[in-house]
Amino acid sequence: MTARAFTGENGDEDVTIKILFCGVCHSDLHVAKNEWGFTNYPVVPGHEMVGTVMKVGSDVKKFKVGERVGVGVIVGSCKKCESCQQDLENYCPQTIFTYNSHYTDGTKTYGGYSDMIVVDERYVLRFPDNLPLEGGAPLLCAGITVYSPMKYYGMTEPGKHLGVAGLGGLGHVAVKMGKAFGLKVTVISSSPKKETEAIERLGADSFLVTSDPAKMKAALGTMDYIIDTVSAVHPLLPLLSLLKLNGKLVTVGLPDKPLELPIFPLVLGRKLVGGSDIGGMKETQEMLDFCAKHGIAADVEVIQMDYINTAMERLAKSDVRYRFVIDVASSLSQ
Amino acid sequence: MAMLSENEHPVKAFGWAARDSSGHLSPFKFSRRAIEEKDVTFKVLYCGICHSDLHNVKNEWGITSYPVIPGHEIVGVVTEVGTKVTKFKVGDKVGIGCMVGSCHSCANCKDNLENYCPKMILTYGTKYYDGTITHGGYSDIMVSDEHFVIKIPDNLPLDGGAPLLCAGITVYSPLKYYGLDKAGMHLGVVGLGGLGHMAVKFAKAMGLKVTIISTSPNKKEEAVDHLGADGFLVSRNIEEMQSAMDTMDGIIDTVSAVHALLPLIGLLKTNGKLVMVGAPEKPLELPVLPLLLGRKIVGGSGIGGIKETQEMIDFAAKHNIVADIEVIPMDYVNTAMERLLKADVKYRFVIDIANSLKPI
Repeated sequence: MTARAFTGENGDEDVTIKILFCGVCHSDLHVAKNEWGFTNYPVVPGHEMVGTVMKVGSDVKKFKVGERVGVGVIVGSCKKCESCQQDLENYCPQTIFTYNSHYTDGTKTYGGYSDMIVVDERYVLRFPDNLPLEGGAPLLCAGITVYSPMKYYGMTEPGKHLGVAGLGGLGHVAVKMGKAFGLKVTVISSSPKKETEAIERLGADSFLVTSDPAKMKAALGTMDYIIDTVSAVHPLLPLLSLLKLNGKLVTVGLPDKPLELPIFPLVLGRKLVGGSDIGGMKETQEMLDFCAKHGIAADVEVIQMDYINTAMERLAKSDVRYRFVIDVASSLSQ
Repeated sequence: MAMLSENEHPVKAFGWAARDSSGHLSPFKFSRRAIEEKDVTFKVLYCGICHSDLHNVKNEWGITSYPVIPGHEIVGVVTEVGTKVTKFKVGDKVGIGCMVGSCHSCANCKDNLENYCPKMILTYGTKYYDGTITHGGYSDIMVSDEHFVIKIPDNLPLDGGAPLLCAGITVYSPLKYYGLDKAGMHLGVVGLGGLGHMAVKFAKAMGLKVTIISTSPNKKEEAVDHLGADGFLVSRNIEEMQSAMDTMDGIIDTVSAVHALLPLIGLLKTNGKLVMVGAPEKPLELPVLPLLLGRKIVGGSGIGGIKETQEMIDFAAKHNIVADIEVIPMDYVNTAMERLLKADVKYRFVIDIANSLKPI
């Protein structure tokens, strides 16, 4: 990845943003390496950015110059379909992604590993004053990716028991949100060494190592829901077994191959496996306000732009607690 | 073994049982327990043949303990009631489905979800509270705790009503639980057999548009002209399946064989629900990206609680819903099982117990 320059014109409904920080999402790595097979090079990744408004178009109502704002995973949608009309722009069949996508005029979209961006105000978020910029940036993808299914699948009843499978960028935010919803939270992980961190720093109530048969057996049928953030191919049966009757296993990670789904546990326990994909703009704003209210921010390692390739190598080995965030403003110069 | 079964309990009874994993059924003398204060005894008139009966007699799930008398879609007339029975009287038309006991004290039982009680007792092949094995409805009489007995409304035919007690509740419960019961919704039904045809009838009665998804093109005319389905998709026809993508609010999948989920997930709209009520023995492949991109779910459901089973029967009576059946005499049962294996029945065999089960 090398430096590129980009400028864009500001339309009537657009906002021009000077980017201050941008989170490094694992999707950035997948796309940079064309692991999903649809990368259109050159690609400027980054869809967890925060910055300040430099210019607003004549029809812009929500923002003024100088305000702190964020841009997440999408920068456009059709605005007309049922999903768009229900504030579910993320499920619009014509979603325009912040990078590696195309506007309707054919121009490419470039993401937040850059100094500035021009976005339709509908897809810009107001960044709450009391959220730290660095820790708040990852919320724009990681945050909404776990917040949306927690709301949609009803994982917000105080006292209920949430399992979080995988303790990385998504997982650690899910733990924090789960605690803010008043849930009991158990981290389910293949790495025993993450236990102390999970309990003492992140506030999880317990930690379950998937390779410990006795502990897994003792936890059978104890969880109301599980957020599965794991992207590697992994068995679903042990996770389904942890659920109570009517339990819900929601997958937000993206394994590149299908998973094996045993049907008997679903039938015998009326359980379900569901998916969820980021969230709409309205809900993303709601999520940011929720995080500001509850003091939730990501745990980050701030890096300079020229560290990005090393950061990507470390990310591939999950060697980060738990998100890299690029200090764009002070390290990206022309 | 037969001697033991005959003398196990005080009330003589007669049925047909499978004695080994060939699954071959033959006459069998056994006994039922004496009626207790909360029990109901009824003379069995009809019993539906559920595919589970076939799985069981052949020990395909590895849990069968022989001899086994199958049958859990049982209807009849009450002949005796225990001293503390409040819900039934002699002469009432009643039925029993898949369960005859549960713990009554766990959270699931208290929520009217006896079917999810960890100590649930199945109508056949399971240990009852007294340690004896339960025997099902391919027999002349049943003795059961009144809690698990269902009242059959007068206007519901007994022969066509019998399959409701398993097939009916198995599709009714998930239609309600997963919210696929609202007029105007579009439901897909995969597989047109005992469960599938019941799903079509219930969904139509609830005001849904129904499309059948099947591997057999020759079922189309029947499905549309006779069952009232609105559409029919042949699952191997890629063009048909593609043109129906993103059109369904939910799908009830009744297929027990291993099959592909991806095309079915593609038929669902955003927030759509694929509900499995068939139980393939091996895991199926779950493509994760389509679930995420459409916020879709794959869920399961297994029969229903007693309260809901009664609600389902009352709903069926109100809307004149019965199964499409082929009534057979008891001694046809082995042939029926062979035909069932080949799905050669429209759509449930029902044994005319009263007129054809003769003690030897």
